[in-house]
Amino acid sequence: MSIDISTLEIGQVVAERQFALTRGSLVRYAGASGDFNDIHYRDDVAISVGLPGVLAHGMLTMGVAVQPVVDWLGDPGKVLDYGARFTRPVPVDATEGALVVVSAKIGTLDDEANTARVDLTVTFGETTVLGKAQVRVSLA
Amino acid sequence: MNPDLQGRVFPPTEPYLVGREKIREFARAVYSASPLTTDVAAARAAGYDDLVAPPTFPVVVQEATLQQLLAEPDAGIDFSHVVHGEQRFSYTRPIVAGDELTATLTVSSVKSLGGNSMVTAESSIVDATGAHVVTAISTLVVRGDA
Repeated sequence: MSIDISTLEIGQVVAERQFALTRGSLVRYAGASGDFNDIHYRDDVAISVGLPGVLAHGMLTMGVAVQPVVDWLGDPGKVLDYGARFTRPVPVDATEGALVVVSAKIGTLDDEANTARVDLTVTFGETTVLGKAQVRVSLA
Repeated sequence: MNPDLQGRVFPPTEPYLVGREKIREFARAVYSASPLTTDVAAARAAGYDDLVAPPTFPVVVQEATLQQLLAEPDAGIDFSHVVHGEQRFSYTRPIVAGDELTATLTVSSVKSLGGNSMVTAESSIVDATGAHVVTAISTLVVRGDA
């Protein structure tokens, strides 16, 4: 499924999605990714290093944040480049979990290459948790 | 940490065989809704040989290179003081199930910043023919009280 670049404009929101992360999400991501750092499943360890409690893996947040863009493109293989800074942690409460909200809008368009840069806004509560989260995608 | 690490190139990792079930497991873990990550027929209908990995899947392969860096005797990196600062993936082509991937780590920069160190580790990931697939770039912040 290709996307006609002429139908897109800078600033247009192309995808939005919310993710209700739980401690179970963190356990599942630890197993899938091989990142078994204690701070992602043990409150005592997280607190001992000055954190409020168990945090989501930065790479879990980054991994879910690109999914609305993949859904919009219809193909994960159309992601050419994806980068982000981990600016704020996402604490995941044992009972409440954490709601991560993603909004994806067009940052730039390249007619010649038929690509777009999609900028992600990723928030937990009032806090933006990823900085400069940008995805370059093929529209072909 | 040791500033001499800058520019160091590590030996290639053992080949990593990308399994179909590993892609499905990873896809589930990142809430992928794309059938191309779970349904072989859908992936083939879209022109791929097999399941397509989610965009952040190279972390699984990159992990072995970061272990090389942390284990380097003269690096002076204490894992318990490491925070992930930034991550990027630059693709030549998507990863599909059946790929045999090898990663080569280059420490592209080491900087000191207000008592902390920042190390940028670039893992160049190639397939069994040696062709480039994706480069995974991690910036790690090593807290200065290490």
